[in-house]
This record gives sequence, structure tokens and C-alpha cells, in this order.
Amino acid sequence: MLGKTANGLFWMYRSLERAENTARLIETGQRIALTRLELGDSEWRSVLESAGSLGHFEAVHDELTKGAAIDWLLRDRDNPSSVLSSIETARQNARLVRTALTHEVWEATNAAYMSARELLARKVVERDLPGVLGAMRQSASLVRGMTHGTMLRNDIYNFARLGTFIERADNTARILDVKYYVLLPSASAVGTSLDNVQWETILRSVSARGGFRMEYGAGAGSREIAHFLILDKRMPRSLAFCLRKIRDNLGYLNNGQMRPGPAQNKALHIERTYLSHDIDAVFDYGLHEYIQTVLGLLAGLSGQIETDFRFYE
Amino acid sequence: MRLTIRHETRYQFETPVKYGLQQLRKTPKSSHQQTVLSWRTEVTGGQREVSFEDHHNNTVELISFEREAEELVIVSEGEVEVRDNHGIVGPHRGAAPLWLFQQATPRTESGPGVRSILRDTPDEEPLQHLHALAGVIRNAVAFEVGASDPDWSAEEAIAAGKGVCQDHTHIFLSCARALGYPARYVSGYLMLNHRTAQDAMHAWAEAHVDGLGWVGFDVANGISPDTRYVRVATGLDYAEAAPVIGTRIGGMGETLSVAIDVVQQ
Amino acid sequence: MTRGIEQRVRAINAFLHDIYHRQEIIKAGRIPKEMIARNEAFEPRMIGVSPPGGIYTHIVGIDLVRTGPDDFFVLEDNARTPSGVSYMLENRETMLQMFPELFSQNRVKGVQNYPTDLRRSLSACAPDATGGRPVVAVLTPGIYNSAYYEHAFLADQMGVELVEGHDLRIVDGRVAMRTTRGYTPIDVLYRRVDDAFLDPLNFNPESQLGVPGIMDVYRAGGITIANAPGTGIADDKAIYSYMPEIVEFYTGERPLLRNVPTWRCSEPDQLAYVLDNLEELVVKEVHGSGGYGMLIGPTATKKDIAAFRRKLKARPANYIAQPTLSLSTVPIFARQGLTPRHVDLRPFVLVSPGSINVTAGGLTRVALKKGSLVVNSSQGGGTKDTWVVED
Repeated sequence: MLGKTANGLFWMYRSLERAENTARLIETGQRIALTRLELGDSEWRSVLESAGSLGHFEAVHDELTKGAAIDWLLRDRDNPSSVLSSIETARQNARLVRTALTHEVWEATNAAYMSARELLARKVVERDLPGVLGAMRQSASLVRGMTHGTMLRNDIYNFARLGTFIERADNTARILDVKYYVLLPSASAVGTSLDNVQWETILRSVSARGGFRMEYGAGAGSREIAHFLILDKRMPRSLAFCLRKIRDNLGYLNNGQMRPGPAQNKALHIERTYLSHDIDAVFDYGLHEYIQTVLGLLAGLSGQIETDFRFYE
Repeated sequence: MRLTIRHETRYQFETPVKYGLQQLRKTPKSSHQQTVLSWRTEVTGGQREVSFEDHHNNTVELISFEREAEELVIVSEGEVEVRDNHGIVGPHRGAAPLWLFQQATPRTESGPGVRSILRDTPDEEPLQHLHALAGVIRNAVAFEVGASDPDWSAEEAIAAGKGVCQDHTHIFLSCARALGYPARYVSGYLMLNHRTAQDAMHAWAEAHVDGLGWVGFDVANGISPDTRYVRVATGLDYAEAAPVIGTRIGGMGETLSVAIDVVQQ
Repeated sequence: MTRGIEQRVRAINAFLHDIYHRQEIIKAGRIPKEMIARNEAFEPRMIGVSPPGGIYTHIVGIDLVRTGPDDFFVLEDNARTPSGVSYMLENRETMLQMFPELFSQNRVKGVQNYPTDLRRSLSACAPDATGGRPVVAVLTPGIYNSAYYEHAFLADQMGVELVEGHDLRIVDGRVAMRTTRGYTPIDVLYRRVDDAFLDPLNFNPESQLGVPGIMDVYRAGGITIANAPGTGIADDKAIYSYMPEIVEFYTGERPLLRNVPTWRCSEPDQLAYVLDNLEELVVKEVHGSGGYGMLIGPTATKKDIAAFRRKLKARPANYIAQPTLSLSTVPIFARQGLTPRHVDLRPFVLVSPGSINVTAGGLTRVALKKGSLVVNSSQGGGTKDTWVVED
């Protein structure tokens, strides 16, 4: 396929994943704000940071209020990563690569776009927020479902998956980056408790609260959460899971070659060096430094994919 | 007269060229007036993509830059034997019809400047008329190196009152065509009397006269081409006969240096 | 009609070959040299070039109108970039889904094979030097072009890549497209970009839509461009007026299809007639398309006519005039019920070495405005599915 087409697929699926993740961040922020009164509007600062959007927000707004933060993340077109902007970008890219998609995937993407344009046409009042966010997440998962259900497992599918997992890994790493301090051993109180509000925030951000409790039980603490998000291969949003998928898809794209390509090597390097040990090794390295390093390597990996497959030139 | 010619064009860039093409018209051909004994064009920093004959029967080569090239050097060299034919090139040949050469191009439109020159030119037998035209142009537009812009049209050069051989040739073409003569631009080499090194090719005009065929006119030097002139390429104006035309992505900070040697053996 | 169309398409290709080579038709005095010499659509860079298979127009649309049960005229020749074939295909698809019973009751010749035929026809025009299965691609100006849907549709239906200028480069003497696995050379490029924008190195240097150097590869025989550069001259309405002579000159036969009588305003006595009868005539720009820049005398206001008169006097060679034909109508279903509208028919013709394939169908274009004679889609015209029924 054309390098331009691979580029379109990669970014279509990155944008869809971003829309979903941003909706989830807003949902989490809202939930915490409503149930944990002691936090006030300060939690929204962390949410903006996790979305990688704090600097841009502060450049455009004088005051950080809940309403402004939600609107910025949800529907502001000046924010290229808002839910609305991301869905529009996804749909624009889908249009460009339309002939590479099945009819069902295109229809689902277009439907997500039309729904977003309608529901986010005006500022969303608090009462409607859960419904709107739910609808956004549902539209996005419909696209994912159609992708899984109808797309042939060829290069087209592989680029779609790469886009999804690069974005997802980046998202999980960012959430960890913002909240790393609450997971440090020194910061955890003696006698672990899942009532720790910040742990709850992290787990909700990755839709993992129920799953975690089920797997790790009531006595789990910061060490287990860190492991869950970074190393647990069964957790679909963990760094290890994402890198495994990225590595697999690059392998399929490299099919027939004797040696791994440069992007593949980068993915293998991240897996082997940073995701193949236990959580204590991560804490020994220094959690904050670890996450910073991985974020940098992920960005490098994304750039290498663009080069290897001639997205531009 | 036998002439040995070496023509080097060197492009240097501050940032590497990501992708670029150069279209060359640097290969002279044998004819009644000249025999090309040997000729070769070598390219360093690029590769030859294709080669063909264009609608003016010029040999055209397309060169692409090497990836990340910071320098491209094109060297053409060879030996040409030139015979004197009093500037007469001969009957019209080739696929392009004569009427094509009667048409003005954007650079050779006739306006007030051209009309003024034509008024000053005495009407005579065609050959004398055209020679007289060349004389009027030479008087009206002084030869001055560096005086003009390479993008100038004939009218702009007349208005400025100065120019280089390219401008003189464009003016001649505008005037000749306005009189109804088919006319064309010639790019080639001229052996100078007092030195062998030059930094540009030479340009002159050819007009088609019934009964004689194409005849050459070098406005700046006031003569028809003799054994010191080597024809390389022709066209309706500079744009179609230029030795090198290019396009590229990347390659900021271009420096171009041209070194030409025309030596009599 | 098929035979007439084939004859005309053959003549058009022969004409194009001739004017870009020896120009025998001009030497024989059958058309004045000014028709070519002053023609903006004449492309000097094509002089002496021999396209693969000698074919200039790989895809042609011959627009026909009907003034009586057996009276047909050729309204226009579209040899440059005839469009609308995607409508033809989508209309048939829609009809098949909505009224399948009609197709059981009537033996309608199929048109759905067009994309396959197109691909086969284009592949057959690949340059000799390229072996194996020729690589075909469609060049589009991009998503902001009004016909983008058709470009994408055809590429998809043919199973070939849809490329834009910046996807292409000159690599190893070929025009190649940037794929995820490297640069793949293209053998046949079906281009929907106009000549002027096709190659910034050889044509308009401002163009962002084209491929620098493609004309060089073309002239060196390394790619087939469909339709060839310089074919626009056959669309010229002044050349149209000479088509009967052109058909006769190159085929030795009388034209089977009639031309609409045409006055060439470049000729003083014809211009005089036109100016005298402006209220009854249809006047068109020689290089126009899309139905723009036209005057329809009978329905124009006095002001429009006066303005057009000025334009005619200023640039007479830019115009031709034709009588207003009483075009046939077909019913459409409007809000008020069935009502007649004027139509024309554009059959599509695929040309490859040794084969001229007239699609058994075509695009019927409808002037949606009551009484209007302007059918072009760019001006709000509609379309109809068109049946060629087997007896």
C-alpha cells in the first residue's frame, strides 16, 4: 500500500484511541470531583497533564476551573487532542483511506463523527455529561468492534493496530507519569488501603478498578498497581501488553524478512530492557526516571515506524 | 576551427537535498556547420534517470540528486569541429512546424519597446532587414554584464536600456516574430578572442528567411555566427533552451558556480 | 450509433497523431493552420512524441442529443477527461437494488463491467518495455477536487492505487509510487489532473498537484499517460466544427454521426450572422466546459444578450454558435408528478490497441430546471440510468 495510506490508517486509529482515552480521563476526573470533595478543582490540573494538554490550556485560559477543563478536553477545536478534534481527525483520515476500510468500519467511524458533532455542538451541561461521555466511548468501541469483526488480517489491519497500541501505551505511560509520586514506596502509608483516592484515580483512568480488585484482592497496594499498569501481560492497557502487540504487528508487517526492521528492533529493545523484569527492578531504577525513559523511547518508536514505512518523505 | 570545450556546473547546498531533478540540454549535435568529434557529460552527486529528444530536437537528460546530496557537479566536455557557413544553418527540419516559431512567448511579447525598435529599423530585403534590426537593438540596449534579471522579458530589457546576450536575443525574437519571421533562441558556446575562461554560455538568435532557411544573428557581437560558435540547444526562448532547469525539495542555501573553457586547438 | 462513435473516436486519435507529427491535414488545406497555431490546448511538447500503441485518448465521452426519433447529433467530443462514469455505475447499482423486477422483465445490457474493462484497456496500453502485469494507478488532484469521489471510486473498483503528486517520484528512470515497502514503478497512469498542472518541471511551475519530470519519463517511453497530454485540442469547439472534415480525412468515409451546424465566430462573415441572430442561437466558448460561459439566446435576458454581444466583438475567435436544438425530453418525477426535462447522452468509449469498446449504456444527463438546456452536473444537472435493451 502507499506510505500515505499506512499513515492515514495509523493516525485514524491513534485518533480514535485518543478520543476514547480522553473521554475516560474526563469521566474519571468528574467521578473523583463529585465523590472526593476535599480535592476541589486541583484534580483537573492532573487530568490536563495526563492528557498532555496542560501547557496549551494555560496558554489560552486565565483560570483553571472544572468547567473550562472539561470543555477544553471534550469539545474545544483549538485543542487538537480534544474528544471532538480527535474524532474529526479520525474521520478525516478514514475518508482518505476509505478504500482500505470495510464498509462497516467506515460507517461506524462516520457515525461516531456525526454523533460527536451533534452531542458536542454546544457546551455540555453537567447533567448530560455522563450520557455524552458514555455515547462517545460507545461509538469508539463500535469502530473497534467492526474492525475486529470485518477487517482482513493484512497490512491494513496491522497499521491500524499499531496506531491503537502506540497511542494506548503513550496514554498509560502519561497517566503514570503524572501520578508516579503516589505509587512510590516511600509515599505509601503503612497499612495499604484501596481507599487511597489517588490509586482509585489511576485505576479508573485505565478502566481497571474492578479487574484489579478481582486479580489482586483487597490487600493490594501501590506496588501491585504499578505492576498491573506496567508489566501485567493480561491487562489490555498495560505497557507490556501494548508493546507485545506492537512487536507482534511489526513482525507481521516484516513478514518474510530475515532480520527485524529498525522499528521492530526498537520495540524489541523496549520490551527486553524495560518490560521483562519485575516491578522491584523498576523501583530500583527509579519509577519517575523509568517512565520518562519509556515515554521517550515510545516517541522514538513512533517516529521510526513513520520512517520505516515511508509515511512521508 | 576545432574547439575543445569544458563546461562545469557546480551546485552546493547548506542543507542536504531530499529530492531534486535537473533537466539538462547540454549536448551539441553534428550538422552542416559543426561535427561533434567527442562529447561526454558526467554527473557526480546525482544519477541519470532518462534521456530523450524534445520537440526542438534537443537531446535532453533528466538527472536526479542523490539522497541527502550536498553537492551536484555536472561536467560536459568534448571537441567540436566548426565550419563557416556565413551564419546559414539551413532549411527547416524536424517535427515542429515553422509556424510554431512565429508565436510570441510570455518573454517575447511585443509591446511599445518592440514597436519603437521596429519603427527605427529601415525596411529592406529580409536578410539586410534582420541585420539592420540587430544593429538597432544593439544601439538601443547596451551590453552590460549583471545588468539584468534572468526573468526579464524583452520589453523589460528594452525599458531598462541594458542587458546581456539573453536579453538581446529575446528582443530580436520579439521583433522578428512581430515582422512575421519564424525565429528561435539558440544556446551555445562562443570562443572568445582574448580569454578561454567564461562563466556563462552564449545566446544568439536564428530567424527563418525564405530561400535561405534558418540564419543566425548574434546581436551583441553584431555578426552572424562563424567558426567560433558551437550550437547546443534551441527553443522558442531561454526557458526551452536553457542548459539546466531544476526543481528540488530541501537543499537550502544554494551556491551555483559555473566554469566554462572554450579553447581553440 | 456504436459504429458512428467508433468511427469518430478513430478519427480523433488519428487527428491527434497527425497534428503532433506531420500535420498532413493542415498541409492538405482541410483545416486552417490557425485552428492549431492559435490554440491554447495545442501542446508543443507533444510534437514528435509517439504514445504507446499510438493511442492518445484512452477514454472518450461523445455527447449525443436527439431531436427526433431517428435524428441524433453529436453535441460535443470529450477526449480530455470525460467524467461521470461513476454516476453511470452507481445509478445502475441503485436501480438493480430498487427495481430488480424490471431487470428480470427486460434484457438490459450490463455496464457493471466497466471498471474491469477500463483496467484491461489501460493495461493493454502499457509501454512495451515493461513486462509482466502492468501496474496501473489513478492520479487525483486530491480530496478537495469536485470529482474526487469518482477518482476514488474508479481506483477502488479497478483494484488499483489512488495516488497524488506527492506520492510519486522519478526512480530509476520510471515514475514510481511510495509504498510501505519502497518505490514501485507505474506503467500506466490514468490521470485526472489537467495538463497545465501535470508536471511543474515542464509545465506550470506553481503546480502542487503534479509530478516533476513525468513528461520526461513519458517522452523517453517509460510510462503511459491516459489520456495523453495535449488531447484537449480535440475538445475544442472550433475543432468540433471541422469534425466532419476530420472524420472524412482520416477514415476515408462519410461521418455516420452528424455534427450540429456550427458558426465559427473567428470568421468575419460567420461572426456577422451570429451577431445578427443572437436571440435565437446558443453561443459557447471554444475552450469552455461544464456549461459555463454559454449564452442561450432564446431564454436570455436583453441585458445578458447585450453583454454577450460585447464579449463576442472583443474576442470573436473565442466563440462558436449553434442553432437552438429542440432536444428530446424524458419524464422525471418531481414534486408535482411526472414532468418532461431535456436530456443528452454521454456514452463512454475505451480505446486500446486494436480495440474500441463503446459501453452499452452511458450517462443520461438531465437539465433539472424546467425548460433549461444546460445538463452539466457541475451546474446542478441530474442523471439517469440508461438502458441499451437487447431485442
